[in-house]
Amino acid sequence: MPALPMEHGLLLAALLFALGLLGVLVRRNVIFILMSIEIMLNAAGLAFVVAGSRWSQADGQVMFILILAVAAAEVSVGLALVLQLYRRLQTLDVDAASKMRG
Amino acid sequence: MDWFFYIAATVAVLATVMVITRLNAVHALLYLIVSLLSVALIFFRLGAPFIAALEVIIYAGAIMVLFVFVIMMLNLGPRSTERESSWLRPGVWLGPITLTIILLIELIYILGQSGGDPLPAGTIEARQVGISLFGPYLLAAELASMLLLAGVVGAYHLGRESPEQRL
Repeated sequence: MPALPMEHGLLLAALLFALGLLGVLVRRNVIFILMSIEIMLNAAGLAFVVAGSRWSQADGQVMFILILAVAAAEVSVGLALVLQLYRRLQTLDVDAASKMRG
Repeated sequence: MDWFFYIAATVAVLATVMVITRLNAVHALLYLIVSLLSVALIFFRLGAPFIAALEVIIYAGAIMVLFVFVIMMLNLGPRSTERESSWLRPGVWLGPITLTIILLIELIYILGQSGGDPLPAGTIEARQVGISLFGPYLLAAELASMLLLAGVVGAYHLGRESPEQRL
């Protein structure tokens, strides 16, 4: 049985990252932008785990745990901002936030 | 075991494509959960069972539940999907999709330059991860705890309904 090449794992991470980037660029709804950021963070974590598995070291998995902490903090603050945006402007359009003053 | 990886990878990519093209936020969220679960299967295949468990518990469990709660609180109706479809015209997505595909092709080309490093078959247990996390990476773990504390305080401050904004 031939072993799985590392490049295929990194290729999957690159594909998922590109899809997340596309979501950030295309969507105007804040919730979709936050989901796409989650996809990109997850893809970065996948790349770390693949690299850690290549050299049989635990460091890649430690990095994934740190990315998990960053994602959790980012999404909680981001969703609180979404709530504020919707409360004040009654819309989820990110372009509406450019009208804020002060 | 390779078919295991390729099937899970296909499911992950298809589910992610569905996430960024759906009009309804709840549908996109459910596809995102499918994508995260398939990535968890890939972690299991790569010999990282602890990370697979964390992916299911924290990503597909806790973070997605946060999203569900916020979507519930916003109470979006059918009006929002109509607005979404008016935002997603070809003029909007044609430019970004072309540029992203160019970048992706470059990335694939760079990955194709190196010739097939095989992944070793062994698993890395949670014990090794814990020893590494609280040994050489102790400072990073402390910084992550400070970051989470700052996130909690910031989310509380931003999510609170202040009295003066009730006009």
